[in-house]
Amino acid sequence: MTQGLLEAPPKRGPVTDRPNGPVGPPPPPTGGGDGPDREPSPRRPVLDNIQLAVLFLIGGEVMFFAALIAALFVTRLGQPLWPPPHQPRLPVGVTGVNTLVLLASSVMMARAVGALARGEESRLVKRLAATAGLGALFLLVQGYEWARLIGFGLTVSAGTYGATFYTLIGAHAAHVFGALVWLSVTLVLASHGRFAHGRTAPVKACAMFWHFVVGLWPILYVAVYLL
Amino acid sequence: MSATSATAHAHVEPAGHHELGFVRTYMFSTDHKMIARQFLFLGLSMMIIGGLLALVVRWELAWPETPVPGLGMILTETGGILEPSQYNMAFTMHATIMIFFVIMPILAGAFGNFCIPLMIGARDMAFPFLNMLSFWVAAVAGVLMLAGFFVPGGHAAAGWTSYAPLSAVPEYTGTNWGQNLWCISLFVLGISSMMGAINYITTIINMRAPGMKLFRMPLVVWSLFITAILLLLALPVLTSGVAMLLFDRTLGTSWFKPSGGGEPLLWQHLFWYFGHPEVYILILPAMGIASEILPVFCRKPIFGYHAMAFSMIAIAFLSWVVYGHHMFVSGMNPALGMAFTVTTMIIAVPSAIKTFNWLGTLWGARIQFTVPMLNALAFVSMFVIGGLSGIFMASTPVDIYIQDTYFIVAHIHYVVFGGSIFGAFAAIYYWFPKMFGRMTNTVLGHLHFWPTFVFFNLTFFPMHIIGVGGQMRRIYNPMQYEFLQHQQHWNVFITMSALALGLGQIPFVINFFWSLFAGKKAPLNPWNANTLEWTAASPPPHLNWGPTLPTVYRGPYEYSSPESRDDWLPQTAPPVTAAGARRH
Repeated sequence: MTQGLLEAPPKRGPVTDRPNGPVGPPPPPTGGGDGPDREPSPRRPVLDNIQLAVLFLIGGEVMFFAALIAALFVTRLGQPLWPPPHQPRLPVGVTGVNTLVLLASSVMMARAVGALARGEESRLVKRLAATAGLGALFLLVQGYEWARLIGFGLTVSAGTYGATFYTLIGAHAAHVFGALVWLSVTLVLASHGRFAHGRTAPVKACAMFWHFVVGLWPILYVAVYLL
Repeated sequence: MSATSATAHAHVEPAGHHELGFVRTYMFSTDHKMIARQFLFLGLSMMIIGGLLALVVRWELAWPETPVPGLGMILTETGGILEPSQYNMAFTMHATIMIFFVIMPILAGAFGNFCIPLMIGARDMAFPFLNMLSFWVAAVAGVLMLAGFFVPGGHAAAGWTSYAPLSAVPEYTGTNWGQNLWCISLFVLGISSMMGAINYITTIINMRAPGMKLFRMPLVVWSLFITAILLLLALPVLTSGVAMLLFDRTLGTSWFKPSGGGEPLLWQHLFWYFGHPEVYILILPAMGIASEILPVFCRKPIFGYHAMAFSMIAIAFLSWVVYGHHMFVSGMNPALGMAFTVTTMIIAVPSAIKTFNWLGTLWGARIQFTVPMLNALAFVSMFVIGGLSGIFMASTPVDIYIQDTYFIVAHIHYVVFGGSIFGAFAAIYYWFPKMFGRMTNTVLGHLHFWPTFVFFNLTFFPMHIIGVGGQMRRIYNPMQYEFLQHQQHWNVFITMSALALGLGQIPFVINFFWSLFAGKKAPLNPWNANTLEWTAASPPPHLNWGPTLPTVYRGPYEYSSPESRDDWLPQTAPPVTAAGARRH
């Protein structure tokens, strides 16, 4: 009784005059995407909703920064000399040390998540605070260096060198700031014991984004400062 | 964070327990169905603005430099005659509004929100609050975009593609804040799309009902899943592009200005790297909608379910490597142009697989020509025309001749109007009973469909002819070129058809609002469809189902199955054992 594809279905609308009950064993699955015949079980997600969401958020952010980095390379390939003459040089040394500060924050974040896994709440709070402190220090040093560069005459409208620098590094700084706000909220919640009973996903999600923001920095440092 | 995950899994109460005020129910609702309706109203009201702008453009082309009826009230100093700069503004904003504020909100916003949780058996999105935020951020973007009409200098006038340096230097188009607001609005819309896309993807991966395996998902959910991934990865590229454009215009950077050492071609690369996936963002949901509606009204399983899903995945991958076909005349290396020609030809293969599968579904079926089915059939046939003209322009020798002519305009309208808008109409007629709990009027539906279908073709098909005849897009007055004067009668014909097409939408508006308040009450499952949304009440209450979620036992398209007495077999029907009795 399996219907061929070229045969028209028997009748339009609900059919009521077919023999009651099924006809023989169920047919093999057709084009309906049916799988083996077994009782469906409730879903057990591999990743919690929020972690999954942050993973995809990172995917989108990667495209955002990929576009900016591509734009940087296109721009500098159009210039005869890079960095252009008569422009202040970027503070490679200070920023290199600052890179280490940011990387240390990521290590601290990983240790905070470790403390969370072992249920050591006071350590979690301390290490989250240390992460936030290192992140804030990074931003402060960046801001100080920006102020000095503007003082030296490297402004956003002074040419492509300033424009690429401020756009890329500014976009990253905005992300560090956003991650810092998120981390601060997580820190406040952690200090109120909100992650005490195995509800670890929000902290892990925050950590994922933090690691992304930190991991992005060395790429930008090499692309903007060193190359 | 805590609020969202609480709604997602913890205590789920039966519907009707939440007494919320007007503001929480109709404005700042976190219910995916209300957000879907909000997106639908946003899209439909913007469609009126975008449509009127199109008619203004058409009037100018048919009867150049004559007063546009009704515009005399707005353009008092010229008595309704459009100036060239205003003409530029009209076509720029027609395209921008239609793409970003009509098709994306209706297809991805409204039907993404409505269909995903209901069709995978979830009570709501993974992040209901983020969902609400994504609508209101989109609404802010819409307000910013409309605000551009009221600033001195007028709205953006550099085309919807905003090619630099035309768009990067205010003096070139004479618009200052219009173009800035255009950039800001799209930046804000990019954030909204990110929020929506992340929500859709997370919901589809994590929140499916028991038994709803990936390959038991309805194809419209597959299409929205892939659309969300494309949105997530494509929109950030546009976001960074418009940010750079805005910096060029306001802060004095020179990303795209050659005078300061910038590279205008960079804008084209960034724009089209986003722009081509965007084309598939506009068409994939409509493909899913057609794949959903065709089996229901053919009473047959979809032909090649897996092929349909995999061809959409293939389209999504290929959409990243074809964008250069928009830039054949930008001076790119001919070898690179050749590569883009080849990839573009390859992307026709999965599209053709889909088309032949639709035809296979229709083949030999006793088709029920309901209003949603007619619109879905219009989608399939018009998409074929639009797709075929796309293959012409994929090959560089043809494209260099027809680049920036009305042939391109005809192609994009066959794909985006003939494809996406007919898909949107099909979806509105098909899900209206579930969305609003009332049936639409069939007579008015036919009165809307047939004029739309006929006048759509009369409007856009002749554009192929005048395009090959040499009429370029975005010109103010075709009569100023001697070689175009002999085909001016086509422009008059197209404009008359376009006016009729516009009038043809009046039955839709009447039908929509009349049915909303006075339509016949919709039964649970008016189309005898298999998918899960038809097991919920019409309209579904908050949290969609009662205490228990539906359990899925089978694929979505088991129509006319010998397993059942009826010609439909819901996804929730348990399998039949050999003894002949249903389990449970």
